[in-house]
Amino acid sequence: MVRESFQEQLNNLRNDILLMGKLVETAIETAVTALKRQDLDLAEKVVMDDEKIDRLELDIERRCLSLLALQQPMARDLRFIGTALKINTDLERMGDYASNIAKVVLSLGEEPLIKPLVDLPRMAELAQKMVRENLAAYVNQDRDMALKAAMHDHDINILYHQVFNELLAFMTRDAANIKQATYLLFIARYLERIGDHATNLSEWIVYMITGERLELNES
Amino acid sequence: MQRMMNSVGNKMETKGLNLYYKNFQALFNVSLPVREHRVTALIGPSGCGKSTFLRTLNRMNDVIEGTRIEGEVLLDGNNIYAPGVDPVALRKKVGMVFQRPNPFPMSIFDNIAYGPRIHGIKNKETLAEIVEKSLQAAALWDEVKDRLHKSALGLSGGQQQRLVLARVLAVEPEVILMDEPASALDPISTAKLEDLIHQLKNNYTIVIVTHNMQQAARISDYTGFFLNGEMIEYDYTNNIFTAPRDKRTEDYITGRFG
Repeated sequence: MVRESFQEQLNNLRNDILLMGKLVETAIETAVTALKRQDLDLAEKVVMDDEKIDRLELDIERRCLSLLALQQPMARDLRFIGTALKINTDLERMGDYASNIAKVVLSLGEEPLIKPLVDLPRMAELAQKMVRENLAAYVNQDRDMALKAAMHDHDINILYHQVFNELLAFMTRDAANIKQATYLLFIARYLERIGDHATNLSEWIVYMITGERLELNES
Repeated sequence: MQRMMNSVGNKMETKGLNLYYKNFQALFNVSLPVREHRVTALIGPSGCGKSTFLRTLNRMNDVIEGTRIEGEVLLDGNNIYAPGVDPVALRKKVGMVFQRPNPFPMSIFDNIAYGPRIHGIKNKETLAEIVEKSLQAAALWDEVKDRLHKSALGLSGGQQQRLVLARVLAVEPEVILMDEPASALDPISTAKLEDLIHQLKNNYTIVIVTHNMQQAARISDYTGFFLNGEMIEYDYTNNIFTAPRDKRTEDYITGRFG
C-alpha cells in the first residue's frame, strides 16, 4: 500500500466527521429532551456543548484545506475531502439549530406548556434518524442508505406544516398563547431546517460514493 | 456534455491500433480520438505504452527496426500508414517536442530557420519573418530578439524547450505531439510552457504525454489513461480526475497503484 500517511490522515478525517455527526445527533436529542422535560440545566448543556462542535468544524476544515494543498488529491480522495468540507459545514449548522432549540427552551423557562408535545419530538426523532442513517451510509459507502435517509425529510416537512397550522390555531384562539406558540414555532422551524441540512448530507455522501450530484431537497 | 463531445471534430483518430516490436506487443487495440484545437493528455505508469502510442501519430516508430503496426491512424480522415504516405511530409504536419530540449548546435536564428530552409524557403526576409513569428508564438521572442545569432546552446533549459517548440511551429504544423516536455524544467519554466500550451490550442491540436498528473489535469481537455499497452479509459479531463469510471484509473491517479 502506497501513500500510507495520506491514507491515515483520511481515516482520521473520516473518524472526526463521524464524531461530529454523533455530537450533532446527541445535541438534537438532548435539546428536545430538555424541551419535553423543560429541563433548563440540560438545555444549558446543549448550548455549552455546541462550542465543541464549532471547534471540531474549524479543525476539520483546516485539515481538509491542507490535504488539498499538500496532497493534491484526485478522484475518490478528492470527492472524499470535498464531501468532508461540505458536510462539515452542514453538520455545524445542524449543531447550531440544536443549540437554538435549547436557547428557546431557556426562554420558555418553567412556564406550563399550552399543549402536550407530540409532533415536535417526532420531527426530532426523524432528524436524528436522518443523521444516523447518513453516518452509516458515509462509513459503509452505502448509496441506498443515503437515499433512504433523505426520504425522511418529506415526513419532517409534513409534520412542520401540521405543527404550523396547529400553533396558528392556538394563537388565533387566544392572544395569550402567541408568545409560547411563537417559541414552539421557532423550534419546529429549526427542526425543519435540520432536515434540509441532513438532506444535503445525503446528497454529498452520494457524490462521495459515485460522483453523481443529485438534488434531493424538496423545492 | 454529450453535445460538446460531439461538436468538436477529430483531427486525428486511431482505430484498433496494435503495435509490435518484433515479437513483443506494446499496444493493444487502442482506439482514441484526438479532438481538433484541444489538448489531449496521455497518462499512465512507465512502460504503459503512452510514448509509443504518441510516436505512432507521426510515424516516429518507423525508424525502430522490427516495428509492426496493425489498425489505422487517421489524420483528417486519411490513414497515415497507407502506402504512398511520405513520413517527412507527415512530420511537417504533425510535429514533435521531446522530453529533453534538443537545440541544434547553431544560432537561435538558424535553429528556427532550419525546417523552413529544408522545405525550400531561401528568401532572407521570409525566413526572418518566420523566425520572429515562431519565436513570438513560443513566447521566447522578447527574451532572445537581441541575440538571435548567438548559439542556442547558451539558453536556459526552459528557453531551449520553447526554442524547440518554436522550431516545430516554424514549419506550420497542424498537430503538436509533446513527450514529457516539462519534465526537465523548473517550476517557472513549466508554468510558462503550460501557459503557452493553453494559447497554442487556439491554432493547433496538441497531444501531450506526461508523468505529472497535476499537469495533465491543469492543461488538457481530454485525458486517456494507459496501462500495459491498453487504453483503459478516455474522457473529459475533469471526469477522469474527479470521478473516473474504471477502478484501475482510480487506483493510478489516487497514487494507490500496485
